[in-house]
Amino acid sequence: MEKFRSHTGRIAPLRRSNVDTDQIIPAVYLKRVARTGFEDGLFAAWRAKEPDFVLNRPEYAAASVLVAGSDFGTGSSREHAVWALLDYGFRVVISSRYGDIFRGNSLKAGLLTVVLDQTTVEKLWHYAESDPAAEITVDLEARTIRAGDLVTSFDIDDYARWRLLQGLDDISVTEQHTDDIAAFEARRPEWMPVTS
Amino acid sequence: MGITLAEKVWDAHVVRRRENEPDLIYVDLHLVHEVTSPQAFEGLRLTGRTVRRPELTIATEDHNVPTEDIDLPIADEVSRIQVETLRRNCAEFGIRLYPMGDRDQGIVHVIGPQLGLTQPGMTVVCGDSHTSTHGAFGALAFGIGTSEVEHVLATQTLRLRPFKTMAVNVTGTLQPGVTAKDIILAVIAQIGTGGGQGYVIEYRGPAIEALSMEARMTVCNMSIEAGARAGVIGPDDTTFDFLAGRQHAPADWETAVRHWRTLRTDDDALYDAEVHLDADELTPFVTWGTNPGQGSTLDGTVPDPESFDDPGDRASAEQALAYMDLRAGTPLREIAVDTVFLGSCTNGRIEDLRAAAAVLRGRHVDANVRMLVVPGSMQVKEQAEAEGLDRVFVDAGAQWRSAGCSMCLGMNPDQLSVGERSASTSNRNFEGRQGKGGRTHLVSPLVAAATAVRGTLSAPPDLED
Ligand code: SF4
Repeated sequence: MEKFRSHTGRIAPLRRSNVDTDQIIPAVYLKRVARTGFEDGLFAAWRAKEPDFVLNRPEYAAASVLVAGSDFGTGSSREHAVWALLDYGFRVVISSRYGDIFRGNSLKAGLLTVVLDQTTVEKLWHYAESDPAAEITVDLEARTIRAGDLVTSFDIDDYARWRLLQGLDDISVTEQHTDDIAAFEARRPEWMPVTS
Repeated sequence: MGITLAEKVWDAHVVRRRENEPDLIYVDLHLVHEVTSPQAFEGLRLTGRTVRRPELTIATEDHNVPTEDIDLPIADEVSRIQVETLRRNCAEFGIRLYPMGDRDQGIVHVIGPQLGLTQPGMTVVCGDSHTSTHGAFGALAFGIGTSEVEHVLATQTLRLRPFKTMAVNVTGTLQPGVTAKDIILAVIAQIGTGGGQGYVIEYRGPAIEALSMEARMTVCNMSIEAGARAGVIGPDDTTFDFLAGRQHAPADWETAVRHWRTLRTDDDALYDAEVHLDADELTPFVTWGTNPGQGSTLDGTVPDPESFDDPGDRASAEQALAYMDLRAGTPLREIAVDTVFLGSCTNGRIEDLRAAAAVLRGRHVDANVRMLVVPGSMQVKEQAEAEGLDRVFVDAGAQWRSAGCSMCLGMNPDQLSVGERSASTSNRNFEGRQGKGGRTHLVSPLVAAATAVRGTLSAPPDLED
């Protein structure tokens, strides 16, 4: 997992709330066996049906920060929703509220999900709509965002922040405790079953 | 103060514990199947990692496999790719796989216990919510997501937050014709599909102690349908007798049993919640709606949505009746089905087949009904054939298939078509679960068999008049 300290990029304003994970990536894309390449499934239905959909507009093609309405990522626990956003090139999502499981999955996988109040979200939408090329800086170290004149701070769980800053996914964190695992294995009873 | 069984097993598996961090928990047995594992293996490959303990890992093909013509290549391309990917991954990472057609192949939650790999006091995980089945042995067993599958493959551990404990005390004695399936459906109807959220449920009391291992697995299997993390049952002589002589039973049997006998909830332990059920009062249970909590005794009628106080329950009952095409007030016994499915990790074990065969012997499946009998594993199939059960099913006009998840979920060729209605021994009656537009009534194997004969939801005594 890449380290996340600070990110500067363009905004894609997604003026929709209650975007559930089925909309982020429809179920048909879950049948795949690969771990990468989920970008084509991202918002697939909207991209196919709505020429005006934000990701279909060339001026937002280079966006890497998604600013969405409230309750983003509710519904099914599919981890593919996070993979699709990352594969597409998003590094940050901003919303006033998230589905719990989606939020947990995102922070584990290296996608920073920032919570800002709805008024700030509206301002960011306006900011990106009046100038699609305008940039936002999301500084995880300082826990701040800067977009033009707008400067504000955000809260994030210390543990999640530490892991993102270090670029540690769950497995990397656990690998720091390999000695503990080996010690535990040495204590396991002999008679416990093996499959081979 | 004492602690509960589930907490004992948890504590015995803590690799590392720190304040404000999830516990690092060791995994004794990791079960793998073709649907939830491909990205986990690819994750290992992308990061250059290996499987830490392949000999604590086992794989089988179950969700996607057809249950007839299993010597032919799988016709559906996506299914075939998932199965082939699993085979490649197991070969590459050194994991024991039971492929389609193998004598030991079957539904992941049927083969673990059958091989004797699921044992008391173990932690068992699988990328599948019905891993709770293994709790019947006094193991702490739960489903995990794909990135957790990768975590277990790489480290043989999981990072987990502790759970709460709930006791479901089942007193009394089951009447003839009432089964483990009726117990668990009644529990879910009582506490609701979210009632177990955050809990590990321990099923206990005389009615549970009287159950066979197969029946205990049926109960634990559906813990997840009550929203619980897992279900457990304290191991006892029934458990040990089931395990004795199995392929992976401990060589040092005496030591193992001595340890297993310590795996019980202390007398002075407290649960975070307790629920009571009286087995004497239970009668066969069926579902009428689209979640496993929407059930009633077979003697009942389709409920009137207006009869629910909670507006959410009312709305979901209304929606369920519309989807199920049912009218309030209809006696459940008058509901006609097109299909009967006997199988799945809930009720696809030998005892389930025996129970259904006893009802079908000398009788015939109704002309308007197709009945699929799908053993949970190839070993179950073999045993059933040795006992002549296959003849009973075939003579009665049912279809006798090979092992797999089959019609439990619409992922393989065995599916309901739009508008079709089934009585099914599986565990989920969600919209479209058994095939797009299909309608499911969850039932026990006895009710399934009687329903197949009468063509409407029925219990065996209904066949006698
Ligand atoms: S039989 Fe059904 S519930 Fe059991 S593992 Fe297969 S699909 Fe899941």
